[in-house]
Amino acid sequence: MFNYDQYLRITKFPLIWCPGCGDGIVLKSLVRAIDKLGLEKDSVCMVSGIGCASRLTGYVDFNTLHTTHGRAMTFATGVKMAKPDLHVIVITGDGDATAIGGNHYIHAARRNIDLTVILFNNHIYGMTGGQVSPTTPKGMLASTAPYGSMDHTFNISGLAQAAGASFVARASVHNGVQLENYIAKAIQNKGFSLVEAMSPCPTAYGRRNRLGAGVDMIEDLKRDAVPYSKAKKMTPEELEGKVVTGIFINEEHPECRSEYQKIIDRFQKEK
Amino acid sequence: MSEKSNGKARVITGNEACAEGALAAGMRFFAGYPITPSSEIAEVLSAKLPKYGGVFLQMEDELGSIGAIIGASLTGTKTMTATSGPGFSLMQENLGYAVMTEVPCVIVNVMRGGPSTGLPTLPSQGDVMQARWGTHGDHQIIALAPFSVRETFDLTVRAFNLAEKYRTPVILLMDEIIGHVNEKVYLPSEDEINVFDRIRPTGSLEEYLPYEHTKSRVPAMADFGSGYRYHVTGLAHDETGFPTNKASEINKLMDRLDQKISMNREDIIDFDEYMMEDAEIAILSYGSTARSSRHAVRLARENGINVGLMRLRTIWPFADEEIKKISEKVKLWIVVEMNRGQIAHEVEWAVAGKIPVFKVNRIDGDPINPLQILEKIKELANVQL
Repeated sequence: MFNYDQYLRITKFPLIWCPGCGDGIVLKSLVRAIDKLGLEKDSVCMVSGIGCASRLTGYVDFNTLHTTHGRAMTFATGVKMAKPDLHVIVITGDGDATAIGGNHYIHAARRNIDLTVILFNNHIYGMTGGQVSPTTPKGMLASTAPYGSMDHTFNISGLAQAAGASFVARASVHNGVQLENYIAKAIQNKGFSLVEAMSPCPTAYGRRNRLGAGVDMIEDLKRDAVPYSKAKKMTPEELEGKVVTGIFINEEHPECRSEYQKIIDRFQKEK
Repeated sequence: MSEKSNGKARVITGNEACAEGALAAGMRFFAGYPITPSSEIAEVLSAKLPKYGGVFLQMEDELGSIGAIIGASLTGTKTMTATSGPGFSLMQENLGYAVMTEVPCVIVNVMRGGPSTGLPTLPSQGDVMQARWGTHGDHQIIALAPFSVRETFDLTVRAFNLAEKYRTPVILLMDEIIGHVNEKVYLPSEDEINVFDRIRPTGSLEEYLPYEHTKSRVPAMADFGSGYRYHVTGLAHDETGFPTNKASEINKLMDRLDQKISMNREDIIDFDEYMMEDAEIAILSYGSTARSSRHAVRLARENGINVGLMRLRTIWPFADEEIKKISEKVKLWIVVEMNRGQIAHEVEWAVAGKIPVFKVNRIDGDPINPLQILEKIKELANVQL
């Protein structure tokens, strides 16, 4: 039996997450991935923004930093640049990272700074009561989209890849093992790594859209998931409504902090 | 610190002196975003920081710049950002975060004319109230204002020392004139500078309270990665650092955040008195307008008027007690500043109607001329109050 408690601040339980929320599954996968890699707890710094997912940092026994809405990526950048031996993991959500924090997200990816970003995508602002987010699918209801969301959605993984991330993967909470494997690979990658974790919000999104309880929504994720290898052979029409899972990119690029170290090494003697 | 020193004479600007002061104070991480009239600070540091083993980072905006310096400070590094009015506005949210989480850092605001894009290349002192109350919620803040190139160096060092000592963000309020003026300076050598480093915990890992209600009101601060694993949040928190909604815990935190500054106001408040001994008219000013004020004092003295100058080096916390005391000896105040009277209101509050407070202001981008101040002095010297 895996000992989760060694990584958790059990005295801070119960979690604030609602029954049926997928975020706890992401937490489990994350903790297992860290354990698999054998990372020292002191060597891990977890940084989050604001939102349901971002409350994760309060429950894990690492150096934890719960920041302001949208800005987690910038705090994490400061931590990594100042202390590069820390494993810096960013916990964020679709609203936190791609709406209010969108600019920081694409620039962190552009720099290919060695951050591991776990982005919980639940298509909604859960904590504030179900407002429309940049990933709410067109036509779906939200408390601020009572007639249906009218906007095109962000492809979060595609955005990171286009901006320069060196590891990008998407997994869903219906497959915790895959999620764990992707997170482990993301932490190992030296560069900006994104794992987009599809996670249901039955309370603020599912109920309004009559998608059932948490389990029903996880069943839907399982039904709609298409492996990337298969998706490559499918037409856009065939992919409508599907969730493509897999590793989209995993390649070495020059990494921001390491490149900066070269400048320090070259000029430090000149002081 | 003496004006002269063993060092070589150099002709540099205030912005360069700020960068030099930061390096001398031990700053090793700077994140910023280009904005006139502060950009030279970033330019100098982008070249110099790697030579000190430090890191310079140009961020995507000012929101990111302040986020990065708070993150970096948590690893035990001294950090700074520099900006001007519009960028300072963007930093306000995370400035409050640094206050709430008690993360030392220095934010330089080289003030230019506002509001909005305003006067990017021209001086102003329009942000003194933004420095005080720009972020939301009740809070204390420390802000310093230098009036010369050499003093910019000294106050930059002091800004870091106060930030480290009181675990708080410190704002250095320069203005465009101080930022861009060239002056001959002798910068002090390393052994002439007092540098304060934050108190780090020495006790057991398990018993460490990152927000402990200590007697000094300033808890010891552990570096991320040093073994003291703890939680940092902008939410109201208890002594352990974890969020709480308990009124008694929130009161305790809010009182401590206030007291660590208010209890130490004498240590933080710093001002200079010029020809105040026999002054009947007292001028109060700060930053570049204090230079014009000093000149006006000399001119007025030549005209036989007993005028003196109180020049604030610490803007916040405000020297209200000290002003109150001086008010017993003088018959009126003239507050000289490049805004519509932001600090004049504070002086009025401190004086509480006992003597009159007059203002000399300018907000059109031109500096205040000593003759403009002299005219006011002459006008008031002849008035029976």
